[in-house]
Amino acid sequence: MDKLILGQYVPGDSYIHRLDPRTKLVASMWFIILIFMASSWWTYLVLLGLVFVAAKISEIPISYYINGLKPLALLILITVFFQLIFAQGDTVLLEYGWLTITLEGIINAILIILRFVMIVMMSTILTLTTTPLEIADGIESLLRPLKRLKVPVQEIALILSIALRFVPTLMQETEKIMNAQKARGVSFDEGNLLERMKKIVPLLIPLFISSIDRADQLAVAMTARGYRGGDHRTKLRQLEWTNQDFYTFGLFGMVTVLLLSARFII
Amino acid sequence: MEIRFEDVNFTYQPGTPFENKVLHDINFTIKDGSYTAIVGHTGSGKSTILQHLNALKTPTSGSVWLGDLEVTSNKTEKSIRDIRKEIGVVFQFPEAQLFEETVGKDIAFGPQNFGVSEEEALKRAEEILPVVGLDASFMDRSPFELSGGQMRRVAIAGVLVMEPSVLVLDEPTAGLDPKGQLEMMSLFNGLHKEKNLTIVLVTHQMEDVANYADHMIVLDDGKIVGDGSPRTVFQKEKWLRSIQLDVPNTVEFAKELIKDPSWSYDKLPLTLDELTQMIIKEIDHPEVERKDKQVRTDG
Amino acid sequence: MSLISLQNVSYRYSSTDDFLALNNISLTIEKGEWITLIGANGSGKSTLVKTLNGLNMPQEGTISVDGLAMNEENIWTIRQKVGMVFQNPDNQFVGSTVADDVAFGLENIGIPRDEMIDRINRSLEQVGMEDFKQAEPARLSGGQKQRVAIAGILALEPEIIILDEATSMLDPKGRAEVLETVKAVKEKSNLTVLSITHDINEAAHADRIFVLEKGQIKYIDVPEEIFKLGDELIDLGLTVPFVEQLKYQLMENGLDLPEEFMTEERLVEWLWKYDSKM
Repeated sequence: MDKLILGQYVPGDSYIHRLDPRTKLVASMWFIILIFMASSWWTYLVLLGLVFVAAKISEIPISYYINGLKPLALLILITVFFQLIFAQGDTVLLEYGWLTITLEGIINAILIILRFVMIVMMSTILTLTTTPLEIADGIESLLRPLKRLKVPVQEIALILSIALRFVPTLMQETEKIMNAQKARGVSFDEGNLLERMKKIVPLLIPLFISSIDRADQLAVAMTARGYRGGDHRTKLRQLEWTNQDFYTFGLFGMVTVLLLSARFII
Repeated sequence: MEIRFEDVNFTYQPGTPFENKVLHDINFTIKDGSYTAIVGHTGSGKSTILQHLNALKTPTSGSVWLGDLEVTSNKTEKSIRDIRKEIGVVFQFPEAQLFEETVGKDIAFGPQNFGVSEEEALKRAEEILPVVGLDASFMDRSPFELSGGQMRRVAIAGVLVMEPSVLVLDEPTAGLDPKGQLEMMSLFNGLHKEKNLTIVLVTHQMEDVANYADHMIVLDDGKIVGDGSPRTVFQKEKWLRSIQLDVPNTVEFAKELIKDPSWSYDKLPLTLDELTQMIIKEIDHPEVERKDKQVRTDG
Repeated sequence: MSLISLQNVSYRYSSTDDFLALNNISLTIEKGEWITLIGANGSGKSTLVKTLNGLNMPQEGTISVDGLAMNEENIWTIRQKVGMVFQNPDNQFVGSTVADDVAFGLENIGIPRDEMIDRINRSLEQVGMEDFKQAEPARLSGGQKQRVAIAGILALEPEIIILDEATSMLDPKGRAEVLETVKAVKEKSNLTVLSITHDINEAAHADRIFVLEKGQIKYIDVPEEIFKLGDELIDLGLTVPFVEQLKYQLMENGLDLPEEFMTEERLVEWLWKYDSKM
């Protein structure tokens, strides 16, 4: 439970930690596009190199990244399995009844694993080096152009930051109510799926009721402090681009040009 | 039921960067039929001890004896679950645990988890209501339309209905007005006196300790720093203040009075009655007092 | 002119409701006063203070705050002058960090960022929380959160702070620390304080105590007089002060104590003197 309270974020002061959250958000998305632009072995090598350099300078132990991959291992395995079985190809390596495994299938499977690993690692770098709050700030700033389309960006950002702020409070509340119901004889980790789901009711209803109560009180407190939404609000939190951010975008630009030219020239 | 802590240590998230040792070599005994108060400022380890009292947490090392059951780090949830029927815990703001459509069903929830039939559990629920000062008409009402004080009584009934032999109370009067506090504390005192219920009270209210408890455990920084009768512990008034704890008004007043060398007491007055008796005795029989002055018991 | 004045204020929760939560209340509060509001649960204390910043709009009567009549037009100016600290420390902490939370009120009224930073620093210093600027609420004690709430109010340079049972969920240490803070900032900024409480020690700080019963003002008096009410105090949501309890018991036992309200020190001295005369 405490792990969840702290989120993924690992405090630090590395180059990556200091990057503007917008840079990290854009770079992560940019990287995903780059992966789908990769066409040959050496382009994969370049991208893989980029991931490992980024992971290295994040100054976060590699074990955190491996932990990030673990939950996805099953998904990766299933995809690989289907690739192996259903991929079409000319170089048949093994044929047994309906099962055909081709060299192309194996290569595709390896490339898929690589893509998965790179995407997961890049987004893990983002969440390990950026607090949820910074991510929320970054998203708000990136969404700002949508204001012209009457999207209530400020309100969305406020909702997001309040939601994040109440995560630890709700976790504490959950633990408290769980303890109280355990003391009344509930054992949350016994029984089959249906029985367990039934046991969640005495946990969920109190949580739901207290959350509504909280929301109510919070709304009153916010009104009392003069909140009425709208555009006249100023902001304490401001994001500032630094040279680091320009260097990072420069690097990504160069890699993009490299991959594009590889596609067209070679 | 007797509860005994033997060299209990507890560490949160051992072996991680967030490792945090919150209990250090805890030893104490809560005797069957006693009224024990556990005091200490916020963060002293009180709530961790409380969670050991009905095995919601198991010690990292050492053992907690709950009657004949020894709880150690390697006990499984299943083997300790039944003890929770014997040791009822009323958590802070217990009204937060209510969830059923009716008061009756909510109170009947606990016994059913321990294998009592629904019919029997509802019958017991109806019987327990008067004990917490509510009548049978509450059975079919929604707990969420009640006042805060009534909700708390329902939650307490939901614990008492399991007929525990030990009742653990975590700040049971928090957030109530003084009248509600008084009623709540006399409710528990009644249960202690009439049903011989063992009571463990975790509190900041030193007046309650002075008025009701016969045993007092003082915690500071995860260690036991005081263990004895309230009268002996409250003697050390300055020391209690140094670990951010209060002393009852009565003790403070008596300590103030004896600053005049002609005043004294032979036992530290804890309740208002005791303090009154001390003053009356001093004023009425000055010649008797003068003899007593030789055996002054000043902490 | 009084800082706050209520004239014949009545309030019902909905227009179809016959029950008057506030029934024809008239009172005034002067600048710089400390007022404690007491009353049993359901007597209308919270309802009353919520009319002072327009969270409740009374159906009858007039309210004025710092010369401004309470109406839709003035409501946002009034909210800036009337700061409110609520009971649950968690459910009023809006920001993700201490600095963010103090900033919230300033952001609402559009204070420029540079001035905002200045005001945040100053008000956090006033409540002694300047070292926790970047701390998250989950890492703070209840008392610390309430002090941050007070800083959030001070940053808006208000006229009056209202404490709506702001100490009732705190431990004794938190309670003392919030009370000390309120006392200090009141002195420094010449604030007016209105506190709803069940805590006799908090009530004792007041210049005057307002007693509410069933939506009506029952008494308005100095603490010394109110504390003499004895057992009636319990029904009004307070405890009988310890000294009064002791005096009552001593008188029952035949001691001839003076009528007037005594502090603990006074009673000790009185007893010493009485004893030496015997």
